[in-house]
Amino acid sequence: MQNENSLLAKLNAVNEYEQQPVPNNKLKGWRSFLGTYAGEHTAGTEFVIGPLFVAHGASAVDLVTGLILGNILAVLSWAFLTAKIAVKTRVTLYYLLEKIAGHQFTTIYNLVNAGLFCFLAGAMIAVSATAVGIPFDMTMPQLTDVYPNNVGWVVTVFVVGAITTVVAMFGFDQVSKFAMVAAPWMIMVFIAAALAVLPRLGVNEIGSFWSVAESTIWTGVPLEGQSKFGFWHILFFAWFCNMAMHIGMADLSLLRYAKKWEYGFSSATGVFLGHFIAWIASGILYSLFLIESENSLTFAPGPIAYSAVGVAGAICVVIAGWTTANPTLYRAGLAIQSINPKWKTWKVTLFVGLFTTIAACFPALVMMLLEFVALYGLILMPVGAVIFIDVYVLERLGLQSNYAIITGSRLNWSVALTWLITLSCCLLLNLALGIEIFFLGLPGWFIAVLVYIVASKINQRK
Amino acid sequence: MKLLIKILSYLGLGLTLFPSFLLFSGIIESGTCKQLMMFGTVLWFITAPFWMNKNQSSEEDL
Repeated sequence: MQNENSLLAKLNAVNEYEQQPVPNNKLKGWRSFLGTYAGEHTAGTEFVIGPLFVAHGASAVDLVTGLILGNILAVLSWAFLTAKIAVKTRVTLYYLLEKIAGHQFTTIYNLVNAGLFCFLAGAMIAVSATAVGIPFDMTMPQLTDVYPNNVGWVVTVFVVGAITTVVAMFGFDQVSKFAMVAAPWMIMVFIAAALAVLPRLGVNEIGSFWSVAESTIWTGVPLEGQSKFGFWHILFFAWFCNMAMHIGMADLSLLRYAKKWEYGFSSATGVFLGHFIAWIASGILYSLFLIESENSLTFAPGPIAYSAVGVAGAICVVIAGWTTANPTLYRAGLAIQSINPKWKTWKVTLFVGLFTTIAACFPALVMMLLEFVALYGLILMPVGAVIFIDVYVLERLGLQSNYAIITGSRLNWSVALTWLITLSCCLLLNLALGIEIFFLGLPGWFIAVLVYIVASKINQRK
Repeated sequence: MKLLIKILSYLGLGLTLFPSFLLFSGIIESGTCKQLMMFGTVLWFITAPFWMNKNQSSEEDL
């Protein structure tokens, strides 16, 4: 009983400064961010995205050049957009948005946001489950699966989901500590797995790698039924796959703990280890799987990694999924909790974890990950543009920033219109001009900026 | 003691990576590579938490 009370007290004592600026004595050093970013972006998604580039017929040259440039743009976005605003304000995205857009808008946004976070965390729990199920000879999901097709899959997903949720309930510190420990090891496993299978692909010396990469791994020919990915697809995907985090400002929640804005550059550890080395490594593994299985439809990162480097590979898939799912669940918990600050963080996380675990049972979350990641960034992007303009531009134009809290408004129509008009324009660009979802973020950001300035001028003139 | 634990951790990390180079070079078999990597994994996760998170705490105190 005393133990139960002690655990409850510990959970209740978790204070993540959701409704106030982070105090100076709670700021974190650069190592915390290096570990968090490296852990978060060397993750379960990497076991899915790298293979999907192979499936979409990316050529070796397009892949390497597109990833380098796209990743540089992503790091610059984190440092110059997110980190600067995070250090200036020291509050979460949700708290800042409430001051700008009002409580009603924030409530709607938070629900949408939390839902998207849950689906992403769910995909990662599913990736982990493909490795956990190996010893039980579980039937693995197929590329075409939408619904769960066996009880073993559902049970495995629930076990992984329960463990992930319990860890996330203890807050950012626990997540950060675990990510720090796992990150260096995970990247070693990614590299080792790719190296270990190269001889099976016909690479017996370093000098022959590039020719095999062009002729066998990234052939430039998409699998049947898949669209063709070129240089610009790769560049924009690498830049925008975390659009919600940098341009969309979700990482204000993490970077508000940074002592200096320059810590935003620590995201480079994540993108160049995870979104370069790990994507290339997982692409190599999937390419070998396709050759050896004669283009099997089974899509399960766990068995693929296990085949390459044994139990260590399977454990890597579990942990990679886990270190993505954990901070994502934490973010989803923050999003829901900001609707009612009186709710305890751990109780909210428990609820979010349950919802996420149910979503994780559907394999479609994994199979359509590229499209989901792009959509997720696009939906959250306009709010990032609003925050950027509100913090840096509005007052220079003689307009009021933090309009909702200053006027006591519960709904700032300028923000609501910006969100709706931007997403409508993006949908129109997609349907009328056929612009793929991966490219909509850039024009969308400029549309959001323009609409917010014009809408604010009209709204505040009243 | 802390130095010893750190050395063991890096040994674990090394055992996770370097067997794949040996496999690539044809010096060891796939089964040996997998066993060494598993041993490296266990060594890393047993030892690394003792010094990695402590370093983080002391850095945050600065």
